Amino acid sequence: MNIVVLIKQTFDTEAKIAIKEGKIVADGVTQIINPYDEFALEEALRIKEKSGGDVLVVSAGGEKVKEALRSALAMGADRALLVETEGAAVDEGIVASALAKAISGLSYNLVLSGWKAIDDNSAQVGGRVAETLGLPQVNVVTQLTIEDGKALAVREVEGGTETVEVPLPALITAQRGLNEPRYPNMRGIMQAKKKELKVVTLSELGVSGAPQVAVKNVVLPPAKQAGKLFRDDVATSVAQLVQALRNEAKVI
Amino acid sequence: MNLLLTEEQLALRDLAHDFAAHEIRPYAPDWDEKESFPRSELAQKAVEVGLWNIAVPEAHGGTDIDAVSTCLINEELAWGCAGIATSIGGNSLGSYPLLIAGTDEQKERFLRPQVEAGAMAAFALTEPNAGSDVASLATTAHREGDEYVLQGRKCFITNGDLADVYVVFAATDRSQGAKGLSTFVVERGTAGLSTGKKEKKMGIRASNTTEVILEEVRVPAANRLGAEGDGFKLAMKTLDISRPSVAAMAVGVARAAYETALHYAKERVQFGKPIASFQAIQTILADMAMAIETARLLTLKAAMLKDQGLPYTLESAMCKAYATDVAMKVTTDAVQVLGGYGYSREYPVEKWMRDAKILQIYEGTNQIQRLVIANQILR
Repeated sequence: MNIVVLIKQTFDTEAKIAIKEGKIVADGVTQIINPYDEFALEEALRIKEKSGGDVLVVSAGGEKVKEALRSALAMGADRALLVETEGAAVDEGIVASALAKAISGLSYNLVLSGWKAIDDNSAQVGGRVAETLGLPQVNVVTQLTIEDGKALAVREVEGGTETVEVPLPALITAQRGLNEPRYPNMRGIMQAKKKELKVVTLSELGVSGAPQVAVKNVVLPPAKQAGKLFRDDVATSVAQLVQALRNEAKVI
Repeated sequence: MNLLLTEEQLALRDLAHDFAAHEIRPYAPDWDEKESFPRSELAQKAVEVGLWNIAVPEAHGGTDIDAVSTCLINEELAWGCAGIATSIGGNSLGSYPLLIAGTDEQKERFLRPQVEAGAMAAFALTEPNAGSDVASLATTAHREGDEYVLQGRKCFITNGDLADVYVVFAATDRSQGAKGLSTFVVERGTAGLSTGKKEKKMGIRASNTTEVILEEVRVPAANRLGAEGDGFKLAMKTLDISRPSVAAMAVGVARAAYETALHYAKERVQFGKPIASFQAIQTILADMAMAIETARLLTLKAAMLKDQGLPYTLESAMCKAYATDVAMKVTTDAVQVLGGYGYSREYPVEKWMRDAKILQIYEGTNQIQRLVIANQILR
């Protein structure tokens, strides 16, 4: 079973986000593997441990992304591929085309990724890669079984779950709950440097074109306003609350 | 600082930090209250990631890491809980004599089970009447054919009740003093080996500390480490190696207290302002930050010298004494910053203050470290 895992490097979930001139300040912010991609990677490692095979992690980005790829290698992935986009203007469409191009010539049975990244939450890349490669896809998956050339994926739907069966090769995107990712172990960390980490550029892949999406501005969510307390007797307070909900908050 | 560290060193530090943050820190207050080492909760997890005994090299099932990484890991583990770091560190302390003087067969036999199956080790040197004065050990070992017979009583032994292997220092020739000491590996279950009183301690209460009693304990001569008479040197070499780890643990405890004091000072409002806005508090916080940074730098210097194969006895003693004194000062000041809350067990700083005290005492008191330093600089 050859498995490709698409990962993205994102800000640490505990990082303090600051914005300068419409951009997030990246200096000094700890970078991690997008947690949803980590679920995908963990699933790939478990499938490999069960039935053998090879796990290739692929990411797009600049030099710094190699750290995320090395972390993935330390967790147990066998090989890594970086699609170098340093300095290039990219959007989800270009990243997805590049990733699809990078893996299109490889022999694989399964492609896994997180269903979205925690930074921009666009949930675009997995789906676009599947479409470009003509693979069946199942998204937001919380349970995955691989058998007899098929993937049985349980996914979250409104009010419940559904089980989808697709033939392999297929692309599956991971949701929280799929598994509990492991820590890399010390030996894995020391071996990661000896594992293959290839770099391919956008031009080598023949991917070009201008982004279709332009980010106009980035703003922080407004600071949380102090709550309002109504301290009179219950009848008066309720009346004031209703007034406030109607006239100030305008929700009723 | 990060510029001086390699990608592997940073990755090992991050692993130890994640492990400490998720598997140690949240449970540390409970383990401290229970005064018992949570072996069943921790061993398998720590074995899986490779943190159960970081001293064991790859050839015997562990990982080859350098002294700098060892310090970075110890800082993080002690940031999680010094009692746990002491216990896991006890495995390493009990393994260094094997690594220094053991044969390949001895290493394989006694080290692999630790990294693969969660076996534990203990370093049994201290006795009721031989603490800093190592040469005055009363425990004896005399040879009978292919065996040695050990007789004596060790105290304050970390992992005493838990260890699968005890590295015991005993006099094979009392008339020779320091040159008459030898080292033996005694396996758990050997007839005559037992543990006595379990210490009720002020701090590092998640660690197990007991007496170890040796009554006519027979060990095969094959369990002797190095030659007869090499024991004192072996103990000193072991402590040279372990001192930067203790210093790193001290940095970890100090950092934990500092981070908490810093956070608290920003939140706690008195006289209508966060107390962090008062210079009286600011100077305390600044002193903490400065002391922690210098303690870490000195510790890593000792480790770097070791990694480069250079003499490091001086820096090893310096960092041990300095960093542990820093930990005592910083944790005490952290309690002060938190005031009444700091003194309460509701907040973790009083635990760190209790934990810091032992770091000034064990693995060579800070007074002994200063003697080592004086010996080195007065040469």
